[in-house]
Amino acid sequence: MTPLSQLLPGQYGKLASLNPERAVDQRLMALGLLPGMVLKLVRRAPLGDPLAIEFGGQVVSLRLAEAESLIVDVAADCPVQRPKKSS
Amino acid sequence: MSAKEITVALVGNPNTGKSTLFNALTGLRQKVGNYPGVTVARKSGRCDCGDGLKVELVDLPGLYSLAAASPDEQVVTDVLLGSLEGSQQPDAIVVVLDATNLLRNLFLASQLAELNLPLALVLNQADVAHEQGLKIDTQLLSQRLGGVPVVLSSAWKGEGIASVRRAIAEVVNKKPKMSRLAWPAQVESALDVIVQAVKNDTGVAPSTADAQRILFSSNAHTSDRLGWSQAKREPIIRQARDQVRAAGYNPLAAEPLIHYAHLRKVLDGVTSGGAGKQGNAAALDRVLLHRVMGPILFTGIMLGLFASVFWLAKFPMQWIQAGVDFLKAVVAPALAGTPMLQSLVTDGIIAGVGAFLVFLPQILILFLFVSILEDSGYMARAAFIMDRLFSWCGLNGKSFVPLLSGFACAIPGLLSTRTIEDPKARLATAFAVPFMSCSARFPIYALMCAAFIGPLYGPGWESVVMVGMHCVGLIFAVPTAFVLTRFILKVKPQPFVLELPRYQMPKPRDVIWRMWQNAAEFISKAGTVIFAITIIIWALCYFPRDAQMAEKIRAAEPALSSHELQARTQAAMIEQSWMGRFGKAVQPVFDPCGFDWKITVGVLASFPAREVIVSTLGVTYSIGKGAEADSQHLRQAMQEAKWLNGPRTGTPIFSLAAVLALMVFFALCSQCGPTIATLAQETGGWKWAAASFFYMTILAWIMAVVVYQVVIRIV
Ligand SMILES: Nc1nc2c(ncn2[C@@H]2O[C@H](COP(=O)(O)OP(=O)(O)OP(=O)(O)O)[C@@H](O)[C@H]2O)c(=O)[nH]1
Ligand SMILES: [Mg+2]
Repeated sequence: MTPLSQLLPGQYGKLASLNPERAVDQRLMALGLLPGMVLKLVRRAPLGDPLAIEFGGQVVSLRLAEAESLIVDVAADCPVQRPKKSS
Repeated sequence: MSAKEITVALVGNPNTGKSTLFNALTGLRQKVGNYPGVTVARKSGRCDCGDGLKVELVDLPGLYSLAAASPDEQVVTDVLLGSLEGSQQPDAIVVVLDATNLLRNLFLASQLAELNLPLALVLNQADVAHEQGLKIDTQLLSQRLGGVPVVLSSAWKGEGIASVRRAIAEVVNKKPKMSRLAWPAQVESALDVIVQAVKNDTGVAPSTADAQRILFSSNAHTSDRLGWSQAKREPIIRQARDQVRAAGYNPLAAEPLIHYAHLRKVLDGVTSGGAGKQGNAAALDRVLLHRVMGPILFTGIMLGLFASVFWLAKFPMQWIQAGVDFLKAVVAPALAGTPMLQSLVTDGIIAGVGAFLVFLPQILILFLFVSILEDSGYMARAAFIMDRLFSWCGLNGKSFVPLLSGFACAIPGLLSTRTIEDPKARLATAFAVPFMSCSARFPIYALMCAAFIGPLYGPGWESVVMVGMHCVGLIFAVPTAFVLTRFILKVKPQPFVLELPRYQMPKPRDVIWRMWQNAAEFISKAGTVIFAITIIIWALCYFPRDAQMAEKIRAAEPALSSHELQARTQAAMIEQSWMGRFGKAVQPVFDPCGFDWKITVGVLASFPAREVIVSTLGVTYSIGKGAEADSQHLRQAMQEAKWLNGPRTGTPIFSLAAVLALMVFFALCSQCGPTIATLAQETGGWKWAAASFFYMTILAWIMAVVVYQVVIRIV
């Protein structure tokens, strides 16, 4: 159980819980980010904040402070690190 | 014949191609762009659907969910409910979906099904889906959704438009409804509780869709609209939500959870293939959003944009200038018999309108670059990079698009603040937008740089000053926004959930169209506002005439040559004209900025529209010169202009200090009637518009004084 904000760029996680009371989380749920969904932290912005996360075939920005309360499960069935590019 | 026109609304997620489709169906030209939130208001047009069926098609802003948060999203829900003033509820809905992300797009469609209106689905961007190897069984999808028409289209290629027309005809004639999902029994009864309670209170039973909004959304928009008394709501809503909880759902998460679970089943077997997607975005983002390269490229792109606008426009500007000069040289002798008419045409109209039209190439090139940026998909990335800086002054990345649009023109910038949910954050952004250096400021910068900075310090400094002037507004906008958001409005930190769209090659047709639209607007302004103001300024500078002026001067100084006599007469004429008298009366206000009465006249005449300044200077400095006053002479006249009295007698009026002060004044001053009106409209009253006007104007005056007084002492 880790906050989404602590994922490394390229790391995957499965959403365990969010906070439906918050407006941001309501937006994310409308976009399809629901518990059980696998997501990936694609990158951090050059200044460290916001984050770009990928789920359901779309990339969405999210501020660090908002990502703190999204709890993800870095479970065995999620790739822990993005497979290194075979250059 | 028909009593009331049939209206059909285009609804869908942002950036799916609604406006592109709207344009293809109506032949109109709504703005399109590759970032979420291009369309921010309702627009309608006529669409011919064959067999003599004509419908009014309505293009709307994009939204992800009917639980609307920002004003642009609210427009959609208002239109769908028929509660927007001046528009009736649509007879049917065409849902525009991005074929490459059906699941998310169907969430909105599934919510729309609850409105119980006839509905058709258009799966747009089929070309991209095809490229990704994604196959969609539209027949199966239609069947699963209760037989509503489902068609594929590629709006920007014009493919599938005929089948969209047929689908519209079908919804209008056959009124197919999309099948609603089967809600769990507890949810149904919770909805019933709300329906009954509202009915008991207001006497009117609300629609199922309204009951759902009350049950599932945390805001009170719907209850307020229905006039449900505040006191009675709370216990009822709590009771209803407890029932949803009993079914095992968090009430605020129930709606997406239930819809998405339903839609996963609907889509099962409908789509196949399309695994290797998002290829180009990932690779390009690695560079464009790179920790080090990203900001460097961002800065490079922004600087490159302004530098190239300046450099690329140089030659076309010279050609237009030459054309204007040629015209003057041809017209002047023909009118030599009637000096007043000659002066009106050459000093007034040609000099004034010409001085303005010269900037057409710059406007064209500016919009070339802006629309390439908008269509490529970079815009959302720029917002992503800048968000951190914006959050520092209480705004968010969504303020980026309004602010960047502000560099072209404040009005679209102000309109696009509608995508910001929080009213206070929107207000703060709207307040900052007019500080951005809009294209109407370009002419005065360019004139001053070409006439003074370039000749004195070389072309290198010319572009440094140009770029610098574009930053002046920004430099003052940031602390202004900071103070406003932190101390006055106390804006809470804003969420920033922005979809980063895929990259695409800018489409030449759209780019050229954007350029053309802006050029047309610019030219029509030259033919109307600028033309009229030019004539007024000319008349005020020309009258009253003193027929004995030449005699008086000769009597005073008999030694003057005839050429000198003529020049002195002209100067004396302008000084005693209405404008001369007025300018001199007001000039003391601007004296600390180093403005003489002619500049003062220009500044005052520019309050309705700041670009008037170049025309005004064009008229005041060329009046009485006739054919002589080509662009070279205008520049020369300005370079040679000297203070004739006061402590500065004999020194040039356009000293470096005065030139810089004038540019800074124009960078900061609130000189645009339409901007003030739009600001009042967008902030819901004159209070903020007036605050913006006085703040910017006073700030401009103070900074012009500071710049003048400092530079005059250094140089
Ligand atoms: N490849 C492809 N691109 C398309 C198609 N239709 C639209 N686009 C592009 O998608 C982008 C978004 O188009 P718009 O028409 O502005 O989308 P919209 O739905 O009106 O967006 P908002 O007004 O922001 O809600 C533009 O860059 C279009 O050129 C299509 O069929 N295929
Ligand atoms: Mg649109």
